[in-house]
Amino acid sequence: MEKHVVVILPHPDDESFGAAGTIAEFRSQGIPVTYLCGTLGEMGRNMGNPPFANRETLPEIRKQELKNACDVLDMDLQMLGYRDKTIEFEDRTEVANHLQRILEDVKPSLVITHYPGYAVHPDHNALGAAAIQAVEQMEEDHRPVVWAQAFARGFQEKLGNPDVINDVEAYFETKMEAILCHQSQAGGIIGKLKDYKELGAEVLQEAKTRFGKEVFFIWKFQ
Amino acid sequence: MKPIQIELVQQWLDKFTNQTVYIHVETTNGAYASHLDEKAYNVGAYVRNVQITYNQAKIVGEGNAYRIGLKTSNGWIYAEGLTDWTIHEGSKILLAGHDREGRLMVALQISETPFDY
Repeated sequence: MEKHVVVILPHPDDESFGAAGTIAEFRSQGIPVTYLCGTLGEMGRNMGNPPFANRETLPEIRKQELKNACDVLDMDLQMLGYRDKTIEFEDRTEVANHLQRILEDVKPSLVITHYPGYAVHPDHNALGAAAIQAVEQMEEDHRPVVWAQAFARGFQEKLGNPDVINDVEAYFETKMEAILCHQSQAGGIIGKLKDYKELGAEVLQEAKTRFGKEVFFIWKFQ
Repeated sequence: MKPIQIELVQQWLDKFTNQTVYIHVETTNGAYASHLDEKAYNVGAYVRNVQITYNQAKIVGEGNAYRIGLKTSNGWIYAEGLTDWTIHEGSKILLAGHDREGRLMVALQISETPFDY
């Protein structure tokens, strides 16, 4: 059984879309989960639908949404303070050192992050790479296991089948509740899911198929 | 934000004329454009907290989308597709263009004091 799980992803809502079921499952087993959220999604283009945020009010709104989602998922939150869309331009080693200091303090047995190069958004790829470097920099017997999440087009052809396939359908409602905390992001997929309980069986099944499994690759260190 | 009121916006633009101001200019089609549609391109640019002084400013447009040009001593700042505006913290003018789903496509913001980080 895991001792402590640390989730390292760059944007408020990455945790809910990507790993909420897995997080909920760990929490149901009493395992502490800490989320290191890289940015506040300051440069997001979704402002709510109809828009209620603007470029300057968005960070505070997303910070509150993030806190709400962490409450739903019952996990601790640390905000890393980077700016949306800029992580890839930061010094990789500085970011890795920053993460390493936190990991050595929290001492997780498992780290969940994005798979560098296969996670679509440049922030995902850059923070994933820094997280893996941070773990790599740790002494070998202190290193947590790393689960890396890939979802770029065609990732399975390149990487093969994921090592961890979590069926999280049992936590589907918690996951939906966490996703729906991110109301400002309602211009995208969240808008369509807002009334998910009233959706027809077919659409609900589609959502369950889409969000009912969370898959990860176990990172192989050299 | 609310739909652009051209006379009021013009008054605010004039207020900042010949003063050193901070600007934020941005355009984006989202980080997932080419992930969601293989044929699409990810395109975007932003400039934040760059100081300029403009000596002439004009908002032009019809319907609900507007263009703004700020003329400086040796160049221009330009934004197209602006639909909404607001005054932030009493002194910063924020203008943005949103699509049908409420997503920001373009922004132009002017302030005498820097925007938060």
